[in-house]
Amino acid sequence: MDLVKYVQEQYVEKNDVPDFKAGDTITVYYKIKEGNKERIQFFRGVVLQRRGSGATETFTIRKISGNVGVERIFPINMPTLDKIEINKRGKVRRARIFYQRGRTGKAARIKEGRR
Amino acid sequence: MPGMIGKKIGMTSLFDDNGKNLPCTVLEVTPNVVTQLKTEDRDGYSAVQLGYGQRREKSTPRALAGHFKKAKVEPCEKLHEFANDFGDMDLKPGVAISLEDFTQEGEFVDVSGTTKGKGFQGVVKRHGFHGAGEITHGQHGRERVPGAIGAGSDPSRVFKGMRMAGRTGGKPVMVENLQVLKLDAEKNIMVLKGSVPGPKNSLVTITK
Repeated sequence: MDLVKYVQEQYVEKNDVPDFKAGDTITVYYKIKEGNKERIQFFRGVVLQRRGSGATETFTIRKISGNVGVERIFPINMPTLDKIEINKRGKVRRARIFYQRGRTGKAARIKEGRR
Repeated sequence: MPGMIGKKIGMTSLFDDNGKNLPCTVLEVTPNVVTQLKTEDRDGYSAVQLGYGQRREKSTPRALAGHFKKAKVEPCEKLHEFANDFGDMDLKPGVAISLEDFTQEGEFVDVSGTTKGKGFQGVVKRHGFHGAGEITHGQHGRERVPGAIGAGSDPSRVFKGMRMAGRTGGKPVMVENLQVLKLDAEKNIMVLKGSVPGPKNSLVTITK
């Protein structure tokens, strides 16, 4: 296992991300390539979970677009990540809030708290 | 040179230049030692025998110990023979071959090893059958069965080679054309794109 860690440390560049958890509302800015032009797009939603550890850690965020829920999974250390902005600190009791998927409207609100 | 012996360490993922996340396998390939040269005159064919790793003297069988003593090398964990197209490398017993001599980043290699043993498995896992029946419509117990295995009174037998349940995995498999993503000659590490047969810490042979 040591050598796997060595490879991760050697070849994966760590991104500097703020500390966020499940329940927080964040905006992820990431670069996308169109032809040979690069521009920045963002995805804003509630963090459902952070998963894994080290260089391969990922997080899932969910937003409601129109009437459908959209989820995206981002690797924390992906090179196309520009920055992460924390919009709201949510107060939830679990590390993974998949129950959020079944909720809409008023029931989907998350209490603000935690500094 | 045709091949080397290495050890599977585990899997992780790396990003390429376009930001794509690639699955990759880490192999440890410590320098392989030449243990024997087979020649046309003496053995009837030409080949080079390489040794990988270390073996305790206590757990080396006498016959093998003699073999290593003759080559004047430390006892190796695994021996493997490769066809003799090592080019103009100066080979004789005791010469160590490092990863750098073998390949470079960006090249493609084949890796063979023994897959993980999975025991006695049904046809769905073993051969990718889809099961014969449906889950609903009042039917039950037909989700993972093979279904019919042949016709009736003619031919009155089941054809040879019919795919059925049985021992799965634990057999030699070669995966071809894995790209070498990274090579670290100092740490003897090789990172390949994709997966490699077998569990962690199993020995594999890498060929070109």
